[in-house]
Amino acid sequence: MQSRVGDVDDSLVIAGERFSSRLIMGTGGAPSLDILERALEASGTQIVTVALRRLDPTGASSFLEVVARSGRRILPNTAGCFTAHAAVTTARLAREAFETNWIKLEVIADEDTLLPDGAELLVAAEQLIDEGFVVLPYANDDPVLSRRLEDLGCAAVMPLGAPIGSGSGIRNPYNLRIIRERAGVPVVLDAGVGTASDAAIAMELGCDAVLVASAITRAAEPVLMARAIGAAVEAGRLAFRAGRIPQRLYAAASTSWEGLADLGNRPKVVPAIGDAG
Amino acid sequence: MDAVVIGGGVIGLAVAWRAARAGVSVAVVDPEPGSGASHFAAGMIAPVGEAEFGEEAVVALNRDSASRYPSFIAELELDAGRSAGYRQTGTLHVATDDDEQMALERQFRYRQELGLPVERLTSRQTRDLEPGLAPSIRGGMLVESDHQVDPRAMVATLLQACSRLGVQIHRCQGSLRIEGGRVTGVDLDGGETLEASRVVLAAGCWSGAVKGVPDEDIPPVRPVKGQILRLQGAPGMISRTLRGGSVYILPRDDGRVVIGGTVEERGFDTSVTAGAVYELLREARALVPDVAELELVEASAGLRPGSPDNMPMVGSAITPGLVMATGHYRNGYLLAPATADAVAGVLAGGQWPEATQPWSPSRFRRTAGVRT
Repeated sequence: MQSRVGDVDDSLVIAGERFSSRLIMGTGGAPSLDILERALEASGTQIVTVALRRLDPTGASSFLEVVARSGRRILPNTAGCFTAHAAVTTARLAREAFETNWIKLEVIADEDTLLPDGAELLVAAEQLIDEGFVVLPYANDDPVLSRRLEDLGCAAVMPLGAPIGSGSGIRNPYNLRIIRERAGVPVVLDAGVGTASDAAIAMELGCDAVLVASAITRAAEPVLMARAIGAAVEAGRLAFRAGRIPQRLYAAASTSWEGLADLGNRPKVVPAIGDAG
Repeated sequence: MDAVVIGGGVIGLAVAWRAARAGVSVAVVDPEPGSGASHFAAGMIAPVGEAEFGEEAVVALNRDSASRYPSFIAELELDAGRSAGYRQTGTLHVATDDDEQMALERQFRYRQELGLPVERLTSRQTRDLEPGLAPSIRGGMLVESDHQVDPRAMVATLLQACSRLGVQIHRCQGSLRIEGGRVTGVDLDGGETLEASRVVLAAGCWSGAVKGVPDEDIPPVRPVKGQILRLQGAPGMISRTLRGGSVYILPRDDGRVVIGGTVEERGFDTSVTAGAVYELLREARALVPDVAELELVEASAGLRPGSPDNMPMVGSAITPGLVMATGHYRNGYLLAPATADAVAGVLAGGQWPEATQPWSPSRFRRTAGVRT
């Protein structure tokens, strides 16, 4: 993944650590270990989340070996926790098991929506930050909650685009923009990506990274989708940095007639519609 | 002795019985035959329902094995003199809400594209077939050709058939014996040695831990935990295997029901967790409300032998005389006939069939196996 364009280092920096890829990949739902391995490779990701509650870190060595290959950072999460207490306990276990103080904090409100429970999230984040964790909280796309999480000392905020596994894209781009404009820490779009364009839109909105799991692992061709989303994240980032043109209702010719040589065949009418240059 | 099979699960026993039938003198080594994944499996023979995206080649082999079942069972029951519990019930996949309905439609179209025998049903048609289904069912997909076998009956039948055909069953651990670079037999824990020029490694998720196997031949199998429930008291509650949400409900002919199953990467852990039991029952009850009335007889966990690409490893190892028959993952029962026919054919002096080439363990030789 290209992180240097025009000699500018465009690394993603979280808690002082640099990553050239802005795609974080989740591992749930992969049809086989082999496909997971090839999808991780194709995505170019350097950070991979794993659920402590669904994995025995001492036993599943071949699974973790695949995930951690090529120097990828394992980011344990607290998936499956419904209370701050459970999330804090799980985070502590994860720190022991994976020898990292990074934690993707998830406190889920209910099984049908899998939406984050903001109140519990704040309690758990505060506790874990006090204990020296680098906390990346999975949050609602709520600018106020994101701000509160940042104020507590979270290393990034991870607002959702849509519910986990829904593949419904970014349902409230306005909130995401507000979150991005007011955040002093990286904003990682977490949950909701259904296909490559969703990831590109998140990056164009200014998100610093995108987390994708189901959209890749449950695609008909996960390896192909991993490549597509990896490319979309990069394209969206480049587009964000390049700066999009303002949107207009009427056309504006891309080629100006001023300064063109008059060779005698210059049309007397304005350029035809569709002159996109 | 012509051959020794290490591992007495459904694969090892099927290989031994098939080989004995072909005139090969064979022994099986297992401390407790049929006590591993074979004991806990549900026994779905469902090559169409299990078809996953990107696994078109797998589906063809799986269907081939399923098509061998009727004659395989007929011969097995003839040799054993008892029933192996094979039932041709068909399988009904159901959608419980709009989201599931769209997911089911995607599954249906994929199977149609592959030319698989599937039929799409409306909510009414689905519930007419299975009146025990919840009224909230939105639609269904019928797979008439996906059947089932009772794993415990089948293992008992295989043991009986093996014993009748003179297959020795050694209830102990064994380690592979290699002399002069080739397999010469199996050393039993008791000190005895079974001399044989061929040894079949069929120890499921423990295949990577069998002693004496050279490093280059250690198969990359890993345990994939599955929690499963057994209930009883529902004769006629459902007549087909039902699949919906993330569970299946499989009816035996005497009112027993199997509900499964989780898929967990938790090493060799076989604990039964409250959360898994709760979720299995919750989802099963959403499909068939009367599930709540049944007696819960057993909650258990087995370890499937997972391979990196979910396909089994069946074929010759690097060490001369060593044969692999492991890594069958979720499909041990489904693939037992095709595996047993291929391996028994080789033990009887034949060649590996062209069709099972995709199963060759050589496909993993770029990545060395891990001793677990």
